Amino acid sequence: MSETLVDVRNLKQYFPVKTGFMKTIPLKAVDDISFTIGKGETLGLVGESGCGKTTAGRSILRLYKPTGGEVYFNGELITDKNITHMRKKMQMVFQDPYSSLDPRMTVEDIIGEPLDVHKLCANRKERRERILELMDIVGLNAEHATRYAHEFSGGQRQRIGIARALAVKPDFIVCDEPVSALDVSIQAQVINMFEELQEKLGVAYLFIAHDLLVVHHISKRIAVMYLGKIVEIADADELNDHPIHPYTESLLSAVPIPDPDVTRARHRIILEGDVPSPLKRPSGCPFRTRCRYATEQCAEECPPLTDRGGDHLVACWVK
Amino acid sequence: MMEDNNKSFKKSPLSLQLDLSKFSQESFIPATDEEKRQQDVMGESTTFFKDGMRKLFKNPLAVMSIIVIVLILLIITFAPMIVPYKYEEILSVDGVRDKGAKNLAPFTYSEREQEYIARGGTRFPHLFGTDEQCRDYFIRVVYGTRISFFIGFFASIIVLIIGMLYGSISGYLGGKVDLVMMRIVDIIYSLPDMLMIILLSVVLNEILKFQSGTLLAKLGTNMVSLFIVFGLLYWVGMARLIRGQILSIKENEYVLAAKSIGAKPGRIIKKHILPNCLSVIIISTALQIPSAIFTESFLSFVGIGVKAPMPSLGSLANAAREGLQSYPYKLIFPAIVICLIVLSLNLLGDGLRDAFDPKLKR
Repeated sequence: MSETLVDVRNLKQYFPVKTGFMKTIPLKAVDDISFTIGKGETLGLVGESGCGKTTAGRSILRLYKPTGGEVYFNGELITDKNITHMRKKMQMVFQDPYSSLDPRMTVEDIIGEPLDVHKLCANRKERRERILELMDIVGLNAEHATRYAHEFSGGQRQRIGIARALAVKPDFIVCDEPVSALDVSIQAQVINMFEELQEKLGVAYLFIAHDLLVVHHISKRIAVMYLGKIVEIADADELNDHPIHPYTESLLSAVPIPDPDVTRARHRIILEGDVPSPLKRPSGCPFRTRCRYATEQCAEECPPLTDRGGDHLVACWVK
Repeated sequence: MMEDNNKSFKKSPLSLQLDLSKFSQESFIPATDEEKRQQDVMGESTTFFKDGMRKLFKNPLAVMSIIVIVLILLIITFAPMIVPYKYEEILSVDGVRDKGAKNLAPFTYSEREQEYIARGGTRFPHLFGTDEQCRDYFIRVVYGTRISFFIGFFASIIVLIIGMLYGSISGYLGGKVDLVMMRIVDIIYSLPDMLMIILLSVVLNEILKFQSGTLLAKLGTNMVSLFIVFGLLYWVGMARLIRGQILSIKENEYVLAAKSIGAKPGRIIKKHILPNCLSVIIISTALQIPSAIFTESFLSFVGIGVKAPMPSLGSLANAAREGLQSYPYKLIFPAIVICLIVLSLNLLGDGLRDAFDPKLKR
């Protein structure tokens, strides 16, 4: 494994939720997750809606103040101090290309904003050149610079968002479901662009998505989240071929395969019930209420992430 | 194989699908580069502002009110240069006070003026007649309108500045700060404003002594206290409005994006949040002006407005009450001007809202 860039240790993010008069209980959006991302590497983060993927990404960038745990970036602890200067090194691409671009700003100003905030350009000419260079990198025409975001299609908007993230030459980008709002043909273009940029610029990604196919395509390693916890983390191919955790198994069995014969033949694991509310988490393993293999031990104690060989970590008592 | 397919499916007579077998390969010519380029031309880039202005000028009521307001503004700017009388000047002919020029009807001359004209002199007509102190009424109405406009705009700007600062800080910080700031707003809301104006003008009369000749001295302490009251009390509505806007705008992802870039709160408010609630701010300021003019007219009418001899539309209307039966036109002129200003500003405000409010977009 290459040199570690981002090291997340026991990150916790709780939000207070009012349940009555003067009474609050914590909503454990992210509960004790740990992982590392190497330089120029992509870690995929998958899980269903509301499992805390986005929150995890935002806590790592300190857009929320984490409740507990540490995040080290390049060996530097960034969780408990002013990190304005670190914002140059880590950036984010947002899920919704419609709401993440200010409707009152031109493309030039949107991409130029990080340059202005960090005063990276000495004069207007230099700023303009850098913006055009960035637009070229993400495949936008120079004549688009003076237009407003609402004049673009979803894919083009996402390119603007990516150019904005690249403006400060970051080492690490959190991609928060960057393709889930786009249609499939555009998804492919944008994902290929992410890969090209990684090759060219050597950035590391935390690629958050709920589409396993997309994540498998782009990631070196994949982490699976369920109800605020990481249940399995392994190499992309290893996870795809030999899933261990029952939740990962069921997720993989739901991935559509564009071949009707294979689809008919394979066994689809259908989970019973819904995801429990994060306010009323089940005791022990969070997945036990829907798990086929659940035992008494699962209800008593939360399983730790243990190494099953070859950097394949799983949190499960049974398997 | 293709042939078979074409034969086996019989085209329904109602189907609009083209029967491709009728066309030969030669019927299809590849598009030239020029033709292709016609497909990827983007529409004319329109900004939010241009789009709004286009809609505004389609609204006949708004256009009418813009014309009325511009006309009134032109008159109050240029009339004092054209009309040879002053608002506090008592009419005189050949340097002698003209005591007969009292309460003249519009477009009439006093006896001495008629003599003067008969001798070959020229006299500017009294468009609106004269008042009981032999002053030209038209120029007094013009100055009254000036004062009313001046007060309307400045009071709105004071309200805008204070309300915007307060509302944006409260809305952006949120949480406990917001709670405390909004309770203060509630307290101020509950103060009776008329009582405050009267009390303040009494107190300020004692404290403030303006150098004579300055504009503030001409306006009188009542007007200054009116400004202060506007500054102290009337901003709360604006502050609430802007706070509400900011609360909804700051949830947008582009604000989070700016945060992740490392932008400071001041920059986020200035560059992202305020431009996005600008339309609401402009509209409510436009609607604030007539209400300020109305308040001023009302105060002048009950006698705590501008200091004599400076006229305002309200004080002119008040003075006209005394001879209402004999000289009704003295009430009608200022009243019509108030109506025109307030009505057209209100209609313009409505037009601006229809044109710029994104929630009303059709």
